[in-house]
Amino acid sequence: MHDNEHASHDHEESFIRKYIFSLDHKTIGKQFLIYGLIMFFVGGGLALLFRWQLAYPDQPLPIIGASQQYIDEGEVVTGADRMWERIYESDKEEWLEVSMPSGVITPEFYNMLFTMHATIMVFFVVVPILVGAFGNFLIPLMIGTRDMAFPILNMLSFWLAVLAAIVMVMGFFVPGGHASAGWTGYAPLSSDAQWTGVEWGLNLWAISLLLQGFSSLVGSINYITTIINMRAPGMTFFRMPLVIWSLFIVAILLLLAFPVLSSALALLIFDRLAGTTFFSATAEGGGDPLLWQHLFWFFGHPEVYILILPGMGIASELIPVFSRKPIFGYRSMVYAMIAIAFLGWIVWGHHMFQSGMRSGMGNFFMTTTMLIAVPSAIKTFNWLGTMFRGSIRFTTPMLHGIAFVSMFVIGGLSGIYMANTPVDVYIHDTYFIVAHIHYVVFGGSLFAIFGGIIFWFPKMYGRYMNDALSKIHFWLTFIAFNCTFFPMHILGVGAHMRRIANPTQYEYLQGFEGMNIFITMSAFTLGFAQLILVFNFFWSMYKGKAAEQNPWQVNTLEWEAPTPVPHGNFGQIPTVYRGPYEYSVPGEESDWIPQAEPEHAPATSGD
Amino acid sequence: MLDQWLPENVSTFGQGVDNLFHAIYWLTLVVFILVIGTLIVFLIKYRHQEGKKADYIEGSTTLEIVWTAATTVIVFVLAMFSYPQWNNIKSPTQFPENPDVVVQVSGKQFNWDMTYPGPDNEFGTDDDLVLENELHVPVNAVVHIRLTSVDVIHSFFVPQLRLKQDALPNRFINVWFEATKAGRYEIPCAELCGFGHSGMLGYLNVHTQADYDAWVQERWP
Ligand code: HEM
Ligand SMILES: [Cu+2]
Repeated sequence: MHDNEHASHDHEESFIRKYIFSLDHKTIGKQFLIYGLIMFFVGGGLALLFRWQLAYPDQPLPIIGASQQYIDEGEVVTGADRMWERIYESDKEEWLEVSMPSGVITPEFYNMLFTMHATIMVFFVVVPILVGAFGNFLIPLMIGTRDMAFPILNMLSFWLAVLAAIVMVMGFFVPGGHASAGWTGYAPLSSDAQWTGVEWGLNLWAISLLLQGFSSLVGSINYITTIINMRAPGMTFFRMPLVIWSLFIVAILLLLAFPVLSSALALLIFDRLAGTTFFSATAEGGGDPLLWQHLFWFFGHPEVYILILPGMGIASELIPVFSRKPIFGYRSMVYAMIAIAFLGWIVWGHHMFQSGMRSGMGNFFMTTTMLIAVPSAIKTFNWLGTMFRGSIRFTTPMLHGIAFVSMFVIGGLSGIYMANTPVDVYIHDTYFIVAHIHYVVFGGSLFAIFGGIIFWFPKMYGRYMNDALSKIHFWLTFIAFNCTFFPMHILGVGAHMRRIANPTQYEYLQGFEGMNIFITMSAFTLGFAQLILVFNFFWSMYKGKAAEQNPWQVNTLEWEAPTPVPHGNFGQIPTVYRGPYEYSVPGEESDWIPQAEPEHAPATSGD
Repeated sequence: MLDQWLPENVSTFGQGVDNLFHAIYWLTLVVFILVIGTLIVFLIKYRHQEGKKADYIEGSTTLEIVWTAATTVIVFVLAMFSYPQWNNIKSPTQFPENPDVVVQVSGKQFNWDMTYPGPDNEFGTDDDLVLENELHVPVNAVVHIRLTSVDVIHSFFVPQLRLKQDALPNRFINVWFEATKAGRYEIPCAELCGFGHSGMLGYLNVHTQADYDAWVQERWP
């Protein structure tokens, strides 16, 4: 044990400095994690509301909806009826009355729900957790330094994100309701309030995303600087753990991509408030709606890789550790990520195949998009190669790692259908896309996030998460996830459009009612399964079994730091002697050799 | 499996789309089974067993080259088969010339306006006919559509034709198709266009030539 030789850098700090306006990268990381989990529930709740509408169109919601007698005859039967009675009698236009009279979701509100669901999940859940939480917590610890290069910027990054979230949630409560033009905010629907009736909601959406953009920008500068300048002695670039590589690449993508979105949002705000016409074509001239799409997707495609690369990084940590084997093809893993990040800049047109972009561009973008399958395949094969002849431990983080790989395979393969322009003519804007998105972002990124939380929890909070609960959560999530999203491929093949509030309005979709009900029931199961995770998370923070310093016997530097990790992380900055994945080295007694263990040290059997 | 869910195809180019759809379906199914099958075999075979240590394998350059090359080749072959289909559907220079029918279709919140140029074949003249949500065309005839919108972006989608194209304000996008079977098909709007997006729906009426002629007779006696 090395614990006792670490001098504690902790000095007494006030509660506010320590937990709220903290400069410590670990605290900021945990703040981002809790922030992301809270927003995960907001975003998930919105999804359950609109899933109800899709399964039971125009029927009142359960529990808060009015009874049929009340709707038909005005007869108060249930408690909910009494609530509605009160709402209708009051002179004020109550929020509930406007968005879901008697518990029936209006088409306007439906559009707000899916718009905000996607916006929140992408910008306020997955990015804050992957980049904000794991990035902040792991980067200094894994490269062996005491903190981020710019702690004050780091704190700013978090509090800007909080401000952005407040502005975003406020949008629901302004007159006219929230943004309802989709998370992609296509102009001119988004650029002129006359088309949606949404006034300040959409402005707040844009302002909030601008704030979130600044937060990411500040964070990314910090990450890049820290990784380039502050690695521990011996920590060469090619000795960095893959999760650090992924965060490094993602920080560069964020730095380059977010300003594009920010400028598009600024132009959008001008269009809405100052009467410019950047994104609307008028008979007298003006701009072009396609300009918005080009700007949005020039940002948006790199953004989707921002959502997945850190997930790939996390999986690349979990799989070697629990296979007790080096990662297969370390360098090819790094080059594949760089290739994905690079190709990510020249594929944005695949979102615009049917948009009216010149048809010749379709051929170009199809080719580049399908090429992304190559580095994706390389990564998948390397994960399999890592398990080959390993000694696989089925811990809960590993289960998530395996789920990540298998779900990412499905998401990557469904990408080929849509990258193929002739097939995309048919499946564009159908549920096939929705299935694809969720296989990569939920099946991919979120499983990696869950695995990462359980894996690093002992380092974050000094305790284990309850394993029985974690396992129940995993299996429920895995099954309910597939029941929810796999059938969406079938809906897509049946040409079920996305973003429609009531599929029963279409003759050719009549046969899908049962499937929509099944999906909704699975979605509710999926939603409730997440309560287990959150309960486990907060309960284990205080009541979990105390964890030792390196419970999973991992080589990377974060496990050299004592648990709980003190301010300043390491007593003495470790020196790095080898790569991060030296597991089961022949001739060694122990099946792992920490990166910081000096050369030719007598083999130890771990802690 | 796929055919069970795909609506019937009734356009000349639809068969090409369906063929690619099927090809990709089989390709991805095989890849999926191989990858997941391998994964499952590995998970069982290489699970932790007392006293057995993992093998120290850092990678294999040969394998990396093999699978990089193999996926690249597959991807390019697939692309080669797809270019002509795409051009056939969407490239205006490759549309069949001399259309039998030309119609202007214009999206507006939340309807499709179909404008027929009438006997003089010119838009903007007195004999134009505007129909709300009803498009009439003869079977086995080349139809050209001038697609546009008066407000936001809509998307002209006829699942049975395997045809989708966004309609943009202030732009005329040319679209073509040739329907191979008479019938009445729905034309949903596929791009979010506002609160009435759900339910924005037109109909494509594909008539036999005789019926179509009769319909024309009736409109422009
Ligand atoms: C092999 C890799 C992939 C390929 C070939 C691919 C291809 C595509 C294509 C062609 C579309 C547009 C489809 C359409 O709108 O008609 C699309 C949409 C999308 N993809 Fe992927 N994709 C891949 C991986 C990913 C990953 C890793 C993510 C995110 C983590 C992702 C997230 C998305 C999202 C969010 C959309 C939908 C955006 C929207 O319209 O709302 N994709 N993908
Ligand atoms: Cu994309």
